[in-house]
Amino acid sequence: MHSVPDPYLFLVIFCGVAIVFPMMPLAMAWAWRHFVQPSKPGASKNAIYECGLVSTGDARVQFKSKYYIYCIIFLIFDVEAVFLIPFAVAFTGLPVGAFIALLAFLLMLVEGLVWAWNKGGLNWVN
Amino acid sequence: MSEQIDESLKAELQKQGVLVTSIQELCSLGYNWGRRNSIWPLQFGLACCAIEMIAAAASRFDLARFGGEVFRPSPRQADLIIVSGTVTKKMAPQVVRLYNQMPDPKYVIAMGACAISGGPFKQGYNVLKGIDRYIPVDVFIPGCPPRPEAFLHAFIELQKKIDAQKLVGPAQGSHLNPERPSEFPIPVFGAHDLEPPANRSIWNPKPVERS
Repeated sequence: MHSVPDPYLFLVIFCGVAIVFPMMPLAMAWAWRHFVQPSKPGASKNAIYECGLVSTGDARVQFKSKYYIYCIIFLIFDVEAVFLIPFAVAFTGLPVGAFIALLAFLLMLVEGLVWAWNKGGLNWVN
Repeated sequence: MSEQIDESLKAELQKQGVLVTSIQELCSLGYNWGRRNSIWPLQFGLACCAIEMIAAAASRFDLARFGGEVFRPSPRQADLIIVSGTVTKKMAPQVVRLYNQMPDPKYVIAMGACAISGGPFKQGYNVLKGIDRYIPVDVFIPGCPPRPEAFLHAFIELQKKIDAQKLVGPAQGSHLNPERPSEFPIPVFGAHDLEPPANRSIWNPKPVERS
């Protein structure tokens, strides 16, 4: 009698190996720690954060969102400064109309800065 | 199994071609083989000696040949702290705390004249005169700074030291002794000096005799 093994038997063996094989080093590590290596806990060793410095304060701190106005103002003026580069490159050959357009653009930038300043956007509130 | 085989009998038997060993000795062999060939140092440098340490880890000198290339950024994963350079009094508490946070078994290499004794800055008001005042050092490397070859030599010496630490018996590794502390008191940076100026339980040099 030549019987064909159940096709699912291999799956069962595979599952068994897949469970036992990774469990072995964990069990060995546990046994080693339990029977050979003495446990030596301590204040620094059990500290939540590993660092040469003692951690201070609470980890759950709030960051001030006030900084975002600074960021937006910086971003706007940074991008607008890029628009001035074509003027600067061709400055010596600029016609009068282009020069006036440049001055108008600069005026708008200054107006924006004055407006932001008046609104208190540059004041750091603690 | 606590009985030890007589060493002379063992040697006599070995002459006749009979090798005698114990389970503990076999376990020690495997344990130490694994430990000495995968020493993970703490990624931690203090001064110019750290540059030599980095050179020893890089391709020309290649610490990886000895199994020590895995520099860990966390003391919780490190086996070895290399005190590479001048330890200022302000830095000493941090060094001791990092050592304390390493799991046993852990080893210390004091690299260079500064880490050993304060080196050229020994007379300075702000330099610790040797890290062995606070933590037990396994290997000292003299030099200012020591060359990477000297560092590799110290690393090999440390491997020999690890290899000699048996699981049981008189040569048992000190980390297996439950009485030996794993953490040492962290000094406090005081107004004039570190408090205390040294850990007397591990640092007891002979008094200097001047004639």
